[in-house]
Amino acid sequence: MIGRRSDLPLAKDSTGRFLPLLVALMVFLSAVAVAGVIVLEGMIHRWDRDVAGTLTVQVTPAAGNPAESARLTDERVNAAIAVLQATPGVASSRALPKDELLALLQPWLGSMELLRDLPLPRLVDVTLDQRAHVDVDALALKVGAVPGASLDDHRVWLSRLIAMSRTIEWLAMGALALISAVTSATVIYATRTGMEVHREVIDVLHLVGAQDDYVARQFADRAFTLGLRGGALGLALAIPAFVAVSQAGRRLEGGFVPDLSLPVYGWALVMALPLVAAFLAMMTARITVHGTLSRLP
Amino acid sequence: MVILGRVLETGTVQRQAATRGNVVQFKSVGLRYGSGPEVLQDIAFTLPAGSFHFLTGLSGAGKSSLLRLMYLAQRPTRGRVLLFEKDTADLARGQMPALRRRIGVVFQEFRLLDHLSALDNVALPLRVAGVSETDVQRYVPELLTWVGLADQLHAKPHTLSGGQKQRVAIARAVIGRPDLLLADEPTGNVDDQMAMRLLYLFEELNKLGTTVVIATHNEALVTRFRHPRLIIDHGQVSQVAPL
Ligand SMILES: Nc1ncnc2c1ncn2[C@@H]1O[C@H](COP(=O)(O)OP(=O)(O)OP(=O)(O)O)[C@@H](O)[C@H]1O
Ligand SMILES: [Mg+2]
Repeated sequence: MIGRRSDLPLAKDSTGRFLPLLVALMVFLSAVAVAGVIVLEGMIHRWDRDVAGTLTVQVTPAAGNPAESARLTDERVNAAIAVLQATPGVASSRALPKDELLALLQPWLGSMELLRDLPLPRLVDVTLDQRAHVDVDALALKVGAVPGASLDDHRVWLSRLIAMSRTIEWLAMGALALISAVTSATVIYATRTGMEVHREVIDVLHLVGAQDDYVARQFADRAFTLGLRGGALGLALAIPAFVAVSQAGRRLEGGFVPDLSLPVYGWALVMALPLVAAFLAMMTARITVHGTLSRLP
Repeated sequence: MVILGRVLETGTVQRQAATRGNVVQFKSVGLRYGSGPEVLQDIAFTLPAGSFHFLTGLSGAGKSSLLRLMYLAQRPTRGRVLLFEKDTADLARGQMPALRRRIGVVFQEFRLLDHLSALDNVALPLRVAGVSETDVQRYVPELLTWVGLADQLHAKPHTLSGGQKQRVAIARAVIGRPDLLLADEPTGNVDDQMAMRLLYLFEELNKLGTTVVIATHNEALVTRFRHPRLIIDHGQVSQVAPL
């Protein structure tokens, strides 16, 4: 396609000069967006699994003398369980018996006897229905309405993080769509200007019997070449950026940020971006020429 | 696409079925530019297949306009133009290329593509029709040599003289051995000897079945080659027998 002969002197045109730069920007941002989305999806998937399975509700003990406190705390636990059971998507909820709780604490605090009368917070294990999507934020509010009860806030926070990641994904997609639109508009503009500049050549081509597509192909080839050139530049800029980010991620390893490196299919996708961009430019140019010519008398 | 060189080489005269009948027919055609006066009025004439006509008239009489109507660069403001017995008003855009490949045109102002060599200019009609590069490289230089441009195959038009450009334009018009050849002042820039040689080329084409119309001011040619004339005067066309 690149070596194909052309009867239109398009290579000398200045109208397409900025196209490669724009395509480079598009491919760079697409690469970042694609990589970002893939990495985020991976994280979200892992987090989602954690959140989806189980939740914990913590109930702080009520004030008062030990008997009074125990009774009131039990009431709170029951109220929290009532709220949970009324929530669609909650498969089961079970208050951890005090003995189990004490058994959990024993390794740290030693003697059970000492602990027995201490006002300890109580825990309720909640199992979620895997198929249902539970709005953890809303549930946290409802549970919070019971005095002393609160939904384990690490998980609430995690679910907010997931929501935010999703928003970032949508933003990335939106930005990508916007840049693609601008690039297409530039291709359309450059093609129309080129057609205006080379009007005489196009007229002669038609007069000697050229089909519209013969003309369109030449503009399309040119757009493909420019697009590929820009795409290669964009990719060349994106790869060092990825390496830098994944190295930064490796330094954080052990922390809560999971692996930032891209899976193989992610790399394949990123590598294909210049071709996708060039193809997009080519099709846009071709359609533009056909559209413009068909409106001629 | 039938390449001229190949036909001249084999010497076989193959009249195509489609070139029988009337190649050009004008029925009460009128043409005006914008809101100006009618340049051509109530034109009616018929050019049968295989005919050879000179088109004469004063400068500004409308010779180029009449030819433009014939090669579909201009639509009539009224009346009907038929080519190969088909009304051109009924043609869809997609049918135009096939029709135009049957028509060779020598433009008064040449209309060569400045960025292409003489060879590539002449090759255009073949390339747009998808003729193989082998045939292009074989027959285009042959024809250019025939019109005396063997040394200028790779020259760009701006380095050529007026007469040389004219010969490139003629070669481009005839390379596809068209069924209809329309030439607008094809000998305006060459000496008499070259003019005779070019006219001889048109006659050869005509013998192969091409219908020819040549617009010219050159009375010497018109008297030397005894062909009927189309004379334009005051927007009217009359068909006149050879002198
Ligand atoms: N594109 C145009 N717009 C407006 N008027 C035009 C146009 N082309 C030609 N004319 C007018 O039409 C008339 C005929 O012009 P045309 O070029 O057909 O003459 P011609 O016989 O070819 O002349 P010449 O022998 O000088 O080439 C002239 O009066 C000219 O001014
Ligand atoms: Mg003229």
